[in-house]
Amino acid sequence: MNPSRRDAIAALVGWPALASLLSCRRGPERPRYGGEIVGGDLLRGHKLRTGELLARPPVRRERVGTAILGAGISGLSAAWTLARAGDTDFRLYELEDVPGGNARSGRNAVSRYPWGAHYVPVPVDRNPALEALLEEAGAVESRTPDGRPVWAEQVLCADPEERLFFRGLWWEGLYPRAGASGRDLAELARLEREMHRFASLRDARGRRAFAIPRRLSSDDAEWTALDRISMREWLSRNGFTGSRLVWFVEYGCRDDFGSSLDDTSAWAGIHYFASRLPGHATADEPFEEPAPFLTWPEGNGHLVDVLLRSARERIVTGTVVFDVVPRADSVEVRYLDAPRDEVVSVEARHAVVALPHFVAARVLAPWRKEPPPFVAEFQYAPWLVANLTLADRPRERGFPMAWDNVLYDSRGLGYVVATHQSGPSRGPTVLTYYLVFAGEEPRKAREKLLSATWDELSGAAIADLSRAHPDLPGLVTRADVYLWGHAMARPHPGFVWSPGRAAAQQPLGRVRFAHADASAFPLFEEAQDAGVRAAESILKENGTPFLALVALGSGL
Amino acid sequence: MEEGRVRPGPVYLTVLVIATCGLVYELVAGTLASYLLGDSVTQFSLVIGLYLTAMGLGSWLSKFLERGLARRFVDVEIAVALVGGFSAPLLFLAFDSPRWFQPVFFSVVVAIGALVGLEIPLMLRLLKRSVVFKDLVAQVLTFDYLGALAASVLFPLLFVPRLGLVRTSLVFGLLNAAVAFATIRLFRREIGPPGGLLARAAVVTLLLLFGVASADRLTDLAEEGQYADEVLLARSSPYQRIVVTKNRAGFQLFLNGHLQFSSVDEYRYHEALVHPAFGVVPGARRVAVLGGGDGLAVREILKHPGVESITLVDLDPAVTRLAREHPLFVALNRGSLLSPKVKVVNVDAMKWLEEGTDRFDLFFVDFPDPSNFAVGKLYTSRFYALLGRRLAPDGAFAVQSTSPLFARRSFWIIERTIRAAGFATRAYHATVPSFGEWGFVLAAAHPFGVPEALPPGLRYLSTETLASLFAFGPDMQRTDQPVNRLDNQVLVRTYEDEFRRFEP
Repeated sequence: MNPSRRDAIAALVGWPALASLLSCRRGPERPRYGGEIVGGDLLRGHKLRTGELLARPPVRRERVGTAILGAGISGLSAAWTLARAGDTDFRLYELEDVPGGNARSGRNAVSRYPWGAHYVPVPVDRNPALEALLEEAGAVESRTPDGRPVWAEQVLCADPEERLFFRGLWWEGLYPRAGASGRDLAELARLEREMHRFASLRDARGRRAFAIPRRLSSDDAEWTALDRISMREWLSRNGFTGSRLVWFVEYGCRDDFGSSLDDTSAWAGIHYFASRLPGHATADEPFEEPAPFLTWPEGNGHLVDVLLRSARERIVTGTVVFDVVPRADSVEVRYLDAPRDEVVSVEARHAVVALPHFVAARVLAPWRKEPPPFVAEFQYAPWLVANLTLADRPRERGFPMAWDNVLYDSRGLGYVVATHQSGPSRGPTVLTYYLVFAGEEPRKAREKLLSATWDELSGAAIADLSRAHPDLPGLVTRADVYLWGHAMARPHPGFVWSPGRAAAQQPLGRVRFAHADASAFPLFEEAQDAGVRAAESILKENGTPFLALVALGSGL
Repeated sequence: MEEGRVRPGPVYLTVLVIATCGLVYELVAGTLASYLLGDSVTQFSLVIGLYLTAMGLGSWLSKFLERGLARRFVDVEIAVALVGGFSAPLLFLAFDSPRWFQPVFFSVVVAIGALVGLEIPLMLRLLKRSVVFKDLVAQVLTFDYLGALAASVLFPLLFVPRLGLVRTSLVFGLLNAAVAFATIRLFRREIGPPGGLLARAAVVTLLLLFGVASADRLTDLAEEGQYADEVLLARSSPYQRIVVTKNRAGFQLFLNGHLQFSSVDEYRYHEALVHPAFGVVPGARRVAVLGGGDGLAVREILKHPGVESITLVDLDPAVTRLAREHPLFVALNRGSLLSPKVKVVNVDAMKWLEEGTDRFDLFFVDFPDPSNFAVGKLYTSRFYALLGRRLAPDGAFAVQSTSPLFARRSFWIIERTIRAAGFATRAYHATVPSFGEWGFVLAAAHPFGVPEALPPGLRYLSTETLASLFAFGPDMQRTDQPVNRLDNQVLVRTYEDEFRRFEP
């Protein structure tokens, strides 16, 4: 391995060059595997930066009932909702060549695999929109007499779910239990009790303190005040200081938000735990099982495929939407048809902006003229996702391979196993490796990520995992890498209950906003909820009859 | 010391050694033959007869050796070292191709016998000038018989248990090579410049040392230590470690160290697995066996003439090949997998259930115990739900369900899981000495009675005792257990817990 590659890898995974050298020494000089950097045409998106497109006249004009900008989960959910109501007068405009956004997936001869989001927790409260979609996805086997879904066994995450590489061995679960003292375990139990208490809190209107989707949470100041401090602050104020516990909680923040304890709002950090507990704990039964996960080999790409059933012919990919002008009773949308290099103008009755707000700020004409103050509040964490195709299972010691496999001393988030749900327990597989840059300034991390070569990025992923699997370098047959420059908005302190974040969701005339980033939580449920709500409010305004899946107007 | 004479003392010692070696090779061959071909009386008798005849042949041939007797003797020692030393590794390798085993086996026995038969006549002639004839015959034959005594005592008590057959034969090959070197030194006057002889002896010694060093690849000494009996065959498939051991009573199959059957009492297990289900679906025509690649369940199924087709689904082709080709297995399963009614499919059973559509009247589910998550999947409610989709409406299935005595909770988890998948069940158990008390679950879509009918000619089950298998004493009674699901794998966790109690 040449020194510059080694340094680049060390910079990415965040430990000294010597460590990477040691773990790679048995690997080949040049990688023997193939692969590439997948997706994310940066040049296409960066065309927005110059404003040059705004000067180009349209070569054609289109008319459509609803223009949906962005074919991630929120845009696809808006389309799904319209189609369910029989309204097919819509079109989706997507920057990438493939729809799905953060829930995109890929496939090869070995397995399907996720490129980003890879699970949905079973809703702990009734969530009609999510239940309806999951039913279409074949995840609901039957219903109980009171109408609750019975989840199909093969879709629930198969046991064993999680393990942790700690002190040279794999252990079951994510909390580093090996060698934990009685005090450590007592502290963990105290945290769990605290989270169960948060899960059981209800306000005077019966709302949970911490709910999914977030807008259903109580806005009582008693609890929203937690948004003003960081999760690290909350831990130390409450006497949670053990290094194991702090690692465990920070892992949750890194995993769900891509942020460190300092960058995470305490409200968000608590939400991570409390929103997934049923919230019916009592003094007699103080502990409940958290909601199990629903997962598929291709992760949430499975749900993308279900959503696409109603939208596939109405998606226009490779489009750079660069201008959205709200008018009295219509919206003008202009986009660049990138493959043909043509500017097209669309006159739509409604528009659903399912774009992240850092993009929306450059696209919305009124926001370009006068940037709203909330734009600066949105911070986006960059992510690296690598899909490693292996010829065989790697050697390892300790607890057997689980679905989610985490390394304790790592900046990476570990890997999920694509063949875990239904594939064989041996032989070739695909590991999806996630690396975040929690604690780093997003812009710097982004620059580091975007300047690295494929060789360095794939090498970083493999070097990180080689510490737990020494023979991994020789088993990799292909390593594809996805760069997410702005993977998700971070719920930093003050953001979750910020008036600015709420204002970012307010419609501008017939332009509605549906991206999950305005909910403060980069979750499937938030994206779906936002998309369904936007579409239902359009259906309502158009007077189209529909079966409502969400309660409109409750919370922002 | 007079000119032209050799000191007879050290020479007698070499006689002792070559005699021991000669008998050890005979014992190695006899043991191997009885392992592979069974019936040790016949095999030993044959080997001894053949060996002695070959020795006679060697003695007779010795008269054609006229000149350079000492050199010829050294050559004979080198040859014995080579053929005798490598006899066990060679015969182990020949196990893999049953067609070649017998020719290889008899050639090896005849070659060693003839070479050993040359040794004593040549030795007598070499020493006749140095020792009075009557003393010579007395001494040489005394040491010859003493060597035989040493071999017959040490072979079963020391060498086979400590070294295993392969290393034993290689080590004795090295002793023959040592005799060759000693002879070169003792008879240096008769031999003259020993260049070529030394080189040959050195090459064979090196080969034997290399053999000892790589014997681990053939049979792992550490692994052999895990088994009470001689390891007859050990190989790794992509799926598991397959080991066959052999003792006086019979042979055993181990997969990943877990006993699958012992030929002594497997009939109890397989009769119990198979025949009760036929009492529920007497007219069964299409039958599937999931797991059970040894062909022993199929042997029992074939006792029901109404069965038209049997599909055996076993992940590991190495096991089904053993069951089809290895003489020991074929003798035990009576060639069941060679029956025209039988189709063998080597795929994952869960995948096979999920992807196929044709239905079967009876299933026999015969997987290893749920000792890891990969096998644990094959005991989940999802698995039985998939099986239900391939089961004829009035079909039934029987599941090997580990021991209701040693792993009582595990046993009742399996029963509970099958019920949770929507089947009526009846649990039963049988005594299989190699395993202990063993349990099964019989299941069908509709409630059914305790089966009564049995085919004729069974050794374990009888119509008088069949009903008693369905009764459980207090220490095996049903206990309330959770359902084993893909997302909880509670069976693997419970099983591990229960069997940990039996670990040392």
